[in-house]
Amino acid sequence: MERIPILRMGEFLLVTIQVDMHDQLALTLQEDLAERIRKTSAKGVLIDISALEIVDSFIGRMISTIAGLSKIMDAQTVLVGMQPAVAITLVELGLSLPGVATALDAERGMSLLRRRLKLS
Amino acid sequence: MMTVPGVTRESGSQEVVVEQDVVIARQTVRKLSTQCGMRLVDMTKFITAASELARNTVIYGGGGQMEWDVLENGTRKGLRLRFRDDGPGIADLKLAMSDGWTSGNGLGLGLSGAKRLVDQFDIETAPGQGTRITIVKWA
Repeated sequence: MERIPILRMGEFLLVTIQVDMHDQLALTLQEDLAERIRKTSAKGVLIDISALEIVDSFIGRMISTIAGLSKIMDAQTVLVGMQPAVAITLVELGLSLPGVATALDAERGMSLLRRRLKLS
Repeated sequence: MMTVPGVTRESGSQEVVVEQDVVIARQTVRKLSTQCGMRLVDMTKFITAASELARNTVIYGGGGQMEWDVLENGTRKGLRLRFRDDGPGIADLKLAMSDGWTSGNGLGLGLSGAKRLVDQFDIETAPGQGTRITIVKWA
């Protein structure tokens, strides 16, 4: 079965979405991530969407759900790399991803995660 | 069907029946939008709108087709997409077009959101009559 890989980097999990996801693939990622957070006791999840050319309401909802479920499982989520055209479209669509922390790129996202963990 | 100025240069259609077809529909719309010379932001908006409508066709319409026409009005090119299904149709269109309302488990942004992302939006539907939604974006 087709899957989005989840990499472990210390206490963080790293997900780079590089394919145009169909809905089932997005749902599988959501479940896989929850399972990996439990198994690894990860404290942070970084999702890189710099390769995604569109984010529609379904993928937007998946991102919000991941942020919500990881919070409940004691992990922080940071979404990084959103393309400007995608950001403009999402806002116009009516999705502002409340509760999802974002950073411009993976490096900034990592330091945001580290900062948050030190503070908490 | 919605009338728009200009002439049709190229047309085609494809099935939108299973989830994977939504991805293929996005790819077709990307290819055609590029061909029309759409700017990146407009293209992204149009593909996103198409994605919402294609998903609706699969989930609520029980599958259908996406028809497309490349339009030309003078030197300006545009793209018209029509999503049609023979599903149950929409009884309360006003409600379905409002933000946050959903009959399924979505966010309720599909129809209203898609409308905001395009230049022209037209919907024909009635209970038992299926749904036909036409959208246009000019480059």
